[in-house]
Amino acid sequence: MNQNTVQKIGFGFLFFSVITTIAFLFIIVFFITTRGIGVISWEFLTAGPRDGMTAGGVAPAIVGTFYLTLGAILFALPLGIACAVYLCEYSPKGIVVNIIRMSINNLAGVPSVVFGLFGLAVFVKFFKFGISILAGSLSLGILVLPLIISATQEALLAIPHSLREASMALGATKWQTIKKIVLPAAVPGILTGTILSVGRVAGETAPILFTAAAFYLKGYPKSIFSEVMALPYHIYALMTEGVYPEKQTAIAYGCSFILLVLVLLVSGLAIFIRQRQRSYDHG
Amino acid sequence: MNSDMLASNKSSHGKGALRSSSGLPYGKINVYMTSSFRIKEKLIQGLFGTLAFSSLIFLVGIVFVLFKEGLPIFQDVKISDFLFGKFWYPTYDPAEFGILPLIVASFFVSLGAMFVCVPLGIGSALYINEIASHKQKMILKPLIEILASVPSIIYGFFAMAILAPFLQKTFNIPIGLCALNASIILGIMATPTVCSIAEDALSYVPRSFREASFAVGATRWQTLIKVVIPAAGSGISTAIILGMSRAIGETMTVLMAAGGAAMIPTSAFDPVRPMTAAIAAEMGEAPMGGDHYHALFAIALVLFIVTFLFNILAEIISRRFRIKLGLSG
Amino acid sequence: MDNLVMKMRAHGVDFFYGKNHALKNINLNVAVNKVTAIIGPSGCGKSTFIRLLNRMNEMVPNTTLTGKIYLDCLDILSPCIDPADVRRRVGMVFQKPNPFPKNIFENISYGLEVNGIKNKQLIEERVVTSLKRSAIWEEVKDRLHDSALRLSGGQQQRLCIARCLAIQPEVLLFDEPCASLDPISTRKIEELILELKKDYTIVIVTHNMQQAARISDYTGFFLLGDMIEFDKTDKIFKAPSDSRTEDYITGRFG
Repeated sequence: MNQNTVQKIGFGFLFFSVITTIAFLFIIVFFITTRGIGVISWEFLTAGPRDGMTAGGVAPAIVGTFYLTLGAILFALPLGIACAVYLCEYSPKGIVVNIIRMSINNLAGVPSVVFGLFGLAVFVKFFKFGISILAGSLSLGILVLPLIISATQEALLAIPHSLREASMALGATKWQTIKKIVLPAAVPGILTGTILSVGRVAGETAPILFTAAAFYLKGYPKSIFSEVMALPYHIYALMTEGVYPEKQTAIAYGCSFILLVLVLLVSGLAIFIRQRQRSYDHG
Repeated sequence: MNSDMLASNKSSHGKGALRSSSGLPYGKINVYMTSSFRIKEKLIQGLFGTLAFSSLIFLVGIVFVLFKEGLPIFQDVKISDFLFGKFWYPTYDPAEFGILPLIVASFFVSLGAMFVCVPLGIGSALYINEIASHKQKMILKPLIEILASVPSIIYGFFAMAILAPFLQKTFNIPIGLCALNASIILGIMATPTVCSIAEDALSYVPRSFREASFAVGATRWQTLIKVVIPAAGSGISTAIILGMSRAIGETMTVLMAAGGAAMIPTSAFDPVRPMTAAIAAEMGEAPMGGDHYHALFAIALVLFIVTFLFNILAEIISRRFRIKLGLSG
Repeated sequence: MDNLVMKMRAHGVDFFYGKNHALKNINLNVAVNKVTAIIGPSGCGKSTFIRLLNRMNEMVPNTTLTGKIYLDCLDILSPCIDPADVRRRVGMVFQKPNPFPKNIFENISYGLEVNGIKNKQLIEERVVTSLKRSAIWEEVKDRLHDSALRLSGGQQQRLCIARCLAIQPEVLLFDEPCASLDPISTRKIEELILELKKDYTIVIVTHNMQQAARISDYTGFFLLGDMIEFDKTDKIFKAPSDSRTEDYITGRFG
């Protein structure tokens, strides 16, 4: 076979793989949209479930997901930023930093269900928060911490060293330089990372299975020590419990559609911001 | 006023001529830094340094919790019986805690997923990094990233509601929720992971390698196969290992898609119950502090060790890879 | 150098990057209200040296410094001196203009704020004076709240000078301030430096010998970490006493 033909076949295969990968995205979005969009109504978005989960809406689950996500970000964002600032701005290179880096990498690779178990043993049992928004948010926050740290680190590393020098040369202290020059300049990058984390947290299920989620609750959660309904858990529960699979599957389509739209909007936004930021940086 | 300012004032008193040297066009306003300022700096650095250890603390905390809650099961069940026992009947009386079917299921399903995500992920990475125009890249990369951001519950739901019935019809099998179903959906899920890590590795291969190959008359395809892929080889294997690690640790998808039977599978059409699925499905019903509860933590410990080893392996390989290409470790 | 008051003195300074001996026993005095130029081929340690004068070297890890550097009679390397205090008195302008990604006004007021000045009126006054002093006021007075990044390279560099002046330093260090500028901007900066020396003591590192000849009163020639010769600029350029200096200024190497 001549080299050109080989090349054509080879390139053809590579093109096929990228198209197939993208096709999966569209197939998933297509099915969930076409079957889920019909379920969406005002009542579906604003009312609670009725008739043993076979009718009504999913508003409590939407609200619950909002609380859990908010809690997780409130916990992980300051911590993640502090951690990244230390690694990028303060720490001299050395064994301590390597250990911290290794633990961040490994934390990122821990299976999500393990965060759930950790949350169960530590937050639910040991700290006696019970199955609650607080316990769920903390578990989710730990899960998303490595993501926030690495996004912040990337943003900090992108800030030119010359700005730090200029600030220090004016007699600013390290902290003044970080607070007034470095962090403000890194905000777009940190923001992108945070938005991506929101998308990740909103869709996570395993960490809240035993720490926060309830299949059905009357009304909305009253405090951070209440159990909550959550969209992703609601989908799981609708598909695996109850006795009216047809009606429940329809509702699950609706929930999946809402969750998918939410997550895709959020991640799409983050990716868009970053893309724009990058092309702006490159002139 | 702190010591150094005093010192400078003293010096200026000593040599009057020096002071006039800074005869500025406007009134000199001395700014003194109070010593509390320096203490504040140290405090802030200390605070950040402490917070930086949070990841380590959480990681150690996770290990501690898994051991503490997992080990008690071994008072009742021998480790070898636990790891190699073929029967997982945690709710029977007497209960049996053999997790071999769960371990086999995890590996079986994940290896199956590799057949999907390795060719697709690496093929996509090669296409995006080596062939795609700048414009194509600007579209393809975000799309793959969006695929990565689809929540696992959605994949699980898709596998359960659409893929399973489809497989059932296509292969004429009694139930669509089986190892094959789980493998396919896990493979799709892991593809973006494999793709983006492999793409990183490819982008580290210096342009000069490619130019050298073109210079001796090689085609782009030959260059790709004989120069670029070997140069990025260990980086690509990192991608595969991390893809595998991701697949083994994935929970909701396999919980919904794999069928849930705790048996050692004999074919791809058998329903299976991987480790993650067992934990997620059973923890809710396991009485807190009982054998079943501890056994589930012990499974999580096994799971953690497996993924931890995969991650460490990936890290070692990627560090070598970066050193080989002259990048900082 | 007789009858001159010395603003800064470097005494037996040795500097190491790791094990690399970058500066060897440098003894150099900077006279008050004069321009002192440091010339030499790239890699000779001239930029390294000027960064010692306000302790900017400390931002690079794994370095060692021995010897003494005095500002007036203050030993600025003493461990009980806060580097921030030194930098407040010894300002620095860098090779590449590095305005903050803020507006023009904030760029200037930043130095005042970090040094604890809160009086709005005073800040405003200082911003205006500094901009006027660095000959950029006319160009920016109508757009003080525009981003500094929109200015041209030469304007940015003068803004950076104004930023230094705002905190009223006594010495100004210029590290190849014109390296990235066009000839017209370069001339403006040079004129500015000549104007500023009435009130400030100036040290400038440059790889451009004509520049050193045009604006400096004293010149030091560095080569491979050694200071080969230090004298009045006229003397260095007309009758250098070391043959290596002569080789360099006549363009035989570097």
